[in-house]
Amino acid sequence: MSPTLRTPSGGRINRARTVRFTFDGRELRGFEGDTLASALLANGVHLVGRSFKYHRPRGVLTAGPEEPNALVAIRRDAVRVTPNLRATEVELYEGLTAHSQNRWPSLKLDVGAVNGLLSPFIPAGFYYKTFMWPRRAWKRLYEPRIRAAAGLGRAPEHPDPDSYSNRFAHCDVLVVGGGPAGLAAAHAAAESGARVILCDEQPQLGGSLLCEQDPGAALEDGAWLARTIAGLMAHPRVTVLTRTTAFGYFPHNLLGLEQRLTDHLAQPDPAQPRERQWQVRAREVVLATGAIERPLVFPGNDRPGIMLAGAARSYLNRYGVLAGRRAVLVTVSDEAYRCALDLHRAGTPVAAIIDVRPQVAGELPEAARRAGLPVHTGTTVVGTAGRLRVKSIRIRKLDAHGEPRGAVERIACDLVLMSGGHTPSAHLFSQSRGKLHWNEALQAFLPGESPERARCAGACRGIFSAAAARRDGENAGTLAARDAGLVVGAVIGEPALGPAHGAAASGELPQPAGRPVSKAFVDWQNDVTSRDLLLAAREGFRSIEHIKRYTTTGMATDQGKTSNLNALAIVARQIGKPIPEVGLTTFRMPYTPVTFGGFAGYSRGELFDPVRTTPIHDWAAGKGAVFEDVGLWKRARYFPRPGESMHAAVTRECQAVRAHCGLFDGSTLGKIEVVGKDAVTFMNRLYINGWTSLAVGRCRYGILLRDDGFIYDDGVVARIAEDRFHVTTTTGGAARVLAMMEDYLQTEWPDLSVWLTSTTEQWAVIAVQGPSARQVLEGLVQDVDLSAAALPHMSVAPGRICGVPMRLFRVSFTGELGFEINVPADFGQAVWEAVYEAGRPHGITPYGTEAMHVLRAEKGYIIVGQDTDGTVTPDDAGLAWAVGARKPDFVGKRALERPAMHSPQRKQLVGLLTAEPHVVLEEGAQVVLDARAAPPTRPIGHVTSSYYSATLGRSIALALVRGGRARMGQTLYVPTPRGNLAVQVTSPIFYDPKGSRQNA
Amino acid sequence: MLLINCPYCGERPELEFVHGGQAHIARPGSPAECSDQQWADYLYRRDNIKGVHAERWRHTHGCGRFFNALRDTTSDQFLATYKIGEQPPVPAQAQPRKATA
Repeated sequence: MSPTLRTPSGGRINRARTVRFTFDGRELRGFEGDTLASALLANGVHLVGRSFKYHRPRGVLTAGPEEPNALVAIRRDAVRVTPNLRATEVELYEGLTAHSQNRWPSLKLDVGAVNGLLSPFIPAGFYYKTFMWPRRAWKRLYEPRIRAAAGLGRAPEHPDPDSYSNRFAHCDVLVVGGGPAGLAAAHAAAESGARVILCDEQPQLGGSLLCEQDPGAALEDGAWLARTIAGLMAHPRVTVLTRTTAFGYFPHNLLGLEQRLTDHLAQPDPAQPRERQWQVRAREVVLATGAIERPLVFPGNDRPGIMLAGAARSYLNRYGVLAGRRAVLVTVSDEAYRCALDLHRAGTPVAAIIDVRPQVAGELPEAARRAGLPVHTGTTVVGTAGRLRVKSIRIRKLDAHGEPRGAVERIACDLVLMSGGHTPSAHLFSQSRGKLHWNEALQAFLPGESPERARCAGACRGIFSAAAARRDGENAGTLAARDAGLVVGAVIGEPALGPAHGAAASGELPQPAGRPVSKAFVDWQNDVTSRDLLLAAREGFRSIEHIKRYTTTGMATDQGKTSNLNALAIVARQIGKPIPEVGLTTFRMPYTPVTFGGFAGYSRGELFDPVRTTPIHDWAAGKGAVFEDVGLWKRARYFPRPGESMHAAVTRECQAVRAHCGLFDGSTLGKIEVVGKDAVTFMNRLYINGWTSLAVGRCRYGILLRDDGFIYDDGVVARIAEDRFHVTTTTGGAARVLAMMEDYLQTEWPDLSVWLTSTTEQWAVIAVQGPSARQVLEGLVQDVDLSAAALPHMSVAPGRICGVPMRLFRVSFTGELGFEINVPADFGQAVWEAVYEAGRPHGITPYGTEAMHVLRAEKGYIIVGQDTDGTVTPDDAGLAWAVGARKPDFVGKRALERPAMHSPQRKQLVGLLTAEPHVVLEEGAQVVLDARAAPPTRPIGHVTSSYYSATLGRSIALALVRGGRARMGQTLYVPTPRGNLAVQVTSPIFYDPKGSRQNA
Repeated sequence: MLLINCPYCGERPELEFVHGGQAHIARPGSPAECSDQQWADYLYRRDNIKGVHAERWRHTHGCGRFFNALRDTTSDQFLATYKIGEQPPVPAQAQPRKATA
């Protein structure tokens, strides 16, 4: 390691612990406590990346989360490669492997830099202008090429092997930021009795004080920092979260925090989560998010070796690193002179201080003059030189009008420091919908009134000195505790804003008339120059939001941390409006990028979504069932024998039900128990059917409409007692039917005495269907007479089976003699197995949902949501017979009386038989009138269900067809890729239309 | 995520609730006497308010009850929540607080 770039002592690094790491394969050394950026600078490495669009060589611009240039990929192993990490935030660990990005073949020789030569042809919005024709070339040629040439790191290709945790928390006061204001706020709130969470993105608390050689002097209180941090760490009511970024401010004081747990470790415990995402609901929030230094805009301001003044000061005082051997400071404010003085004291020659202001007489500039540093006032920067590292800077004197008139002077240097003042970091405040107001004296946007229960403290609201920020934090913390309902002591009051930076936010430094030769960058991450912004303004863009999107300034992961105000000032000057009238773009969350893993948390793989299984699931799985997802349910789709295709299995299952007996798991069916003295009134008002006449022990096929008259759900409803109905719903509709029932009961008819209970998961439903069903059950069922006379089709009886209480339904969704045994879920599998054993002599066959669909379609039974689509009335579906015509009202009745609901041209449910019996139509296929119809043509309907029926030895289909019932026997056509197929319109009931089998 | 004050359970996060559309739209007592236009208005016409909006919520993953709320659609601040059948309280305007002390 070059000894001259580390100071002999000082800083917050641990010089006793050397850490080895590599950058682009080169082995380097740093110290424990370094960031990747500080360690690279200590090794004299400034060139760390290539820019987004022009592939320009770029160095480290900042020392914090606002870094737009030094984006690197960190590789732990073959699958753990994280792109686009800011080297200024990556903590160094033993063996760290870092790679630069967006360059080929190497960082020093990058072919893509040809983009820089082509730059006159790729101005702002170039992709809207240049690549417009030929149109087809966009997808095939331009877009892939542009995406390959412009960009950042490569996305990982493998699934993320790490685990991520999440956590919810509540507190009285959440403090964001652990600088002087945040520490004081957390301390004051905790001392007032508040439960406090304090988070900071850095590994250490202290914020801006970490960059001070002597924090005590900056605070005017030597012991305060150490004492306060120790006090907070030990405080029983305070949770301190370091390495934790508050990335989002959501409504009602919910903040998202991302805590990085293992990224800084050389060998993370694989059992430990990599990150933990906190969702903190705080009674009160204190934002102490600090301020970000602004770069200056001048030609060639992006070469490696050009960085923010505060960053160089941070590298020196915090990391003991000299960022260069010969420095030039460019500034518009007094504050940045501190950096020159610190570097001078550390032994780095300061070749010049370039101050744009004509006169400078503050305490700090005077100190610089006394130290013998050459101060050039009233001077601007007109260019820089140096390909992979800045070598010199060119300056010119300004005349009385601020025009560069003097001779060009060249100053050799390898470090250029710039400071355009500080921008309060109002990202989170802005995310909370807080409005920012322009402060002319400070030349900054400051937070206004918070729409949330929140307050800002310290530099993020324009109180820049550490000592004043600390007082502001103490005041804010006390008030936050008070507003959280705690009794607080004396309130010290807020300090004055400031100090002001001393110069107007000017945008670009003064340049001679005519075009500057080099690019002057405003947004380093998105490669936006002052020329791009001027071009956008000349082309007529006025809204800053439009300019942002047109030029891409302030977009993407950077969110304009370093660029926003400079861009705004340049646009404002060009269009001749004051800055506050041009306005500010909205800050988007996240503040800095958050991993996808953090948001996913535990919700991956099997935990991605809940899975619902029936009590018979394990049995079906053991029999080799193939399952399908129905909502969250796993349903057995078919039970293939070894080597059997789905088609063969479904054919076998269907034939078994028609010939002998089938066994089906109907447990997923929605079930709602409707109970109460007004239960029958409730059912009469809600369902279209008449329920008063339904005797206890009988069932009815119920249809539920919405109040617009269209079918919402259906299912068999049994009357268990005078005041008790057992209502079944579709599998997918159970929750929404119960919600609709509750809605009407609670809000329209609260006078009805009715209770609704979901019993879907309380009952296992075992359907036994087929000509032998009665014989199968006879030996198992107790207390119920199974004869057709005692238990006819559509009836229900309580009883027992295998000693277990049951509700036995005589119902059929297959058209065969059928029973549905409802037993408490815990007995489901035992009863199922008993029925299966009893049925084996009768050839009982388990069947799945696929066979169920075929069997019901043969009978023309609809499935709501498949054969209906939210525009189907009972009459359209051929179910007008179910309407209780004498009822004065039910949900949907009034809508059914509209004339349009009776039009003979409505789509009606019909059957379709293909002319070629073995051709199975596609579900969703259109139906047309004309054999020769070709697109574009007007369909008169569509196929809703279509299967091959083994029972009938041919295909069958259900369809909704305009005026369909008047077309019986007509030939229509179904367009397919192979041509228009002829189909004949028939009744939707293909099998046993008289229903003699189910009544057996 | 909003924080919603269920009148029966207290403050709970939004993910326990389902939004139920505009409040105080009663189903006509005698639908048969409604004109088609009146019925269509009942079914479909809703206000799209910029400002204080009365709306229904259901504490689906809690007590299961419907209730009404006054919410300012520009700020997402709730001015009040109240039980079904109650009149909307006269909204005390949400008081934005100073960001500074």
